[in-house]
Amino acid sequence: MTSDDAQPGANETDLSAVRTYWANETAGVLEICGATSTQGQRRIWWLAEHFRFYPGVRDIVPGMNNLTVELDHAAPDPDNLLDALRTEWRTSNAVKFPSRRIDIPVHYGGAAGPDLDEVARHSGLSGDEVIRLHSAGQYTVYFLGFVPGFAYLGGMDKRLATPRRREPRLAVPAGSVAIGGEQTGVYPSVSPGGWQLIGQTSLQLFDPARDPAALLLPGDTVRFVNLGKNQ
Amino acid sequence: MISILKPAVQTTVQDLGRPGFRHLGVGGSGAMDRLSLTIGNYLVGNAKEAAGIELCMPPARIRFDARCAFALTGAECSARLDNNPIGIGHRVLVEVGQTLDLSVASVGIRAYLCVSGGIEVPLVLRSRSTDLHAGMGGLDGRLIRRGDILKIAPSRESYGTTSAVLLPQPGHSIRIVPGPDMDDFTAESRELLFKGPWKVTTQSNRMGYRLEGPTLVRQDNGELKSHAVFPGTIQVPSSGAPIVLMADAQATGGYPRIAAVIAADQWRLAQVPPGASIHFEPSSRAAALLAFQEQHHYLERVQRSLGAH
Repeated sequence: MTSDDAQPGANETDLSAVRTYWANETAGVLEICGATSTQGQRRIWWLAEHFRFYPGVRDIVPGMNNLTVELDHAAPDPDNLLDALRTEWRTSNAVKFPSRRIDIPVHYGGAAGPDLDEVARHSGLSGDEVIRLHSAGQYTVYFLGFVPGFAYLGGMDKRLATPRRREPRLAVPAGSVAIGGEQTGVYPSVSPGGWQLIGQTSLQLFDPARDPAALLLPGDTVRFVNLGKNQ
Repeated sequence: MISILKPAVQTTVQDLGRPGFRHLGVGGSGAMDRLSLTIGNYLVGNAKEAAGIELCMPPARIRFDARCAFALTGAECSARLDNNPIGIGHRVLVEVGQTLDLSVASVGIRAYLCVSGGIEVPLVLRSRSTDLHAGMGGLDGRLIRRGDILKIAPSRESYGTTSAVLLPQPGHSIRIVPGPDMDDFTAESRELLFKGPWKVTTQSNRMGYRLEGPTLVRQDNGELKSHAVFPGTIQVPSSGAPIVLMADAQATGGYPRIAAVIAADQWRLAQVPPGASIHFEPSSRAAALLAFQEQHHYLERVQRSLGAH
């Protein structure tokens, strides 16, 4: 769905138009002016990697169609950051960002996915069809945020789109696989949340003792592997 | 070791934060008032990176179960060590079994307790700061409770002859630089931002301060794509009431960013109590960088005057 390889004409997306600006006194942003595309995100991820070696860098945060580079106040040449972002963006044109493939084993439905029936009802599909479509998809990690290790995934079949719950849960269990609007994702830790829970994985999405601490990183290709339906 | 006999309303272990992991969704955490934490650390001969205790809204009561030096900085609250008054901004030597009492603060809301050696909790992603949102760092990733015992790391116990500093004055005037989405707001709203006043509501915490004042109107109603946010970012949700993100700011957000509080004034905002009003003053990026440099030089002078290393 969002993979540009599968999208005719996607290679013609114009990525030369970008704007740069300051988010605060030390953080510079590069933003693609056009629509979001996997191709554009790929260049953002590459740029993020590239800026790890920029003098005085503190944090590099990919977003949706944008990249923010935050410098230390002690950085040697902070005023040059926006120029550097634009220059390196042009270099990023021809590069290829290596994508890892991560499989996430999931128990769908039952106690592991109490909202599977709700997603089925809303989409007019059977529970089994929801599981089939969800586990057949190929997803791309666009960026991380919300809580440590939470990956924003692109690529869900639009038929599965289901609005968030009216009453968010106070404590969604860690490892819950969920659908919120047109997005799907996995809750790394117990947290409040309004997404529809369709399954559960035993994989640990975030572990500060691990390096990198997050299982999913920007650019990764993700598949959900159906371990069977809980009754 | 020190024992928490009575915590403040919100008590956490904090250092200067956990930078470098925002791309993994990890916020920076760390002391809300880093200036005060740093001065406290210098007073007891620590490096500025040592962890201390952030006591938001005392009263609080703490017993020392080890000989050490401590200092209180930040909020002005009268303090007593075994009933003898002690001043804030002073280094105090303490014997085993002595009890420290902090009263309600008269100015500011966050007091910092630094001890020689620093609070010993495990480093998580290179920091000892408590991330309450993620439940990691500090003491088991949670608030400090009554009965908790905190370890103190070993120290050299060598101090200079000076044992006190005049603490910087907090205030309610906060400097901001324009944010990426400022021009999306009406001319009137941009004026109102600086006119204020803005009341800090009770719905304010380490993640963000919700402000009450004039309604800010955005001309463009388009949704923004998710982007990085930082402590100091001033977001305006569709309600028109701004939120200033604070030390526990999440890594990414989607609301329009009208402005950003400059780094040199974030400590000041951290000390403004709920119910009080603030004003925003315009700053340029260059002035913001300069203000931070000046603060840095001030801290260097404090460190030298204390003979700390």
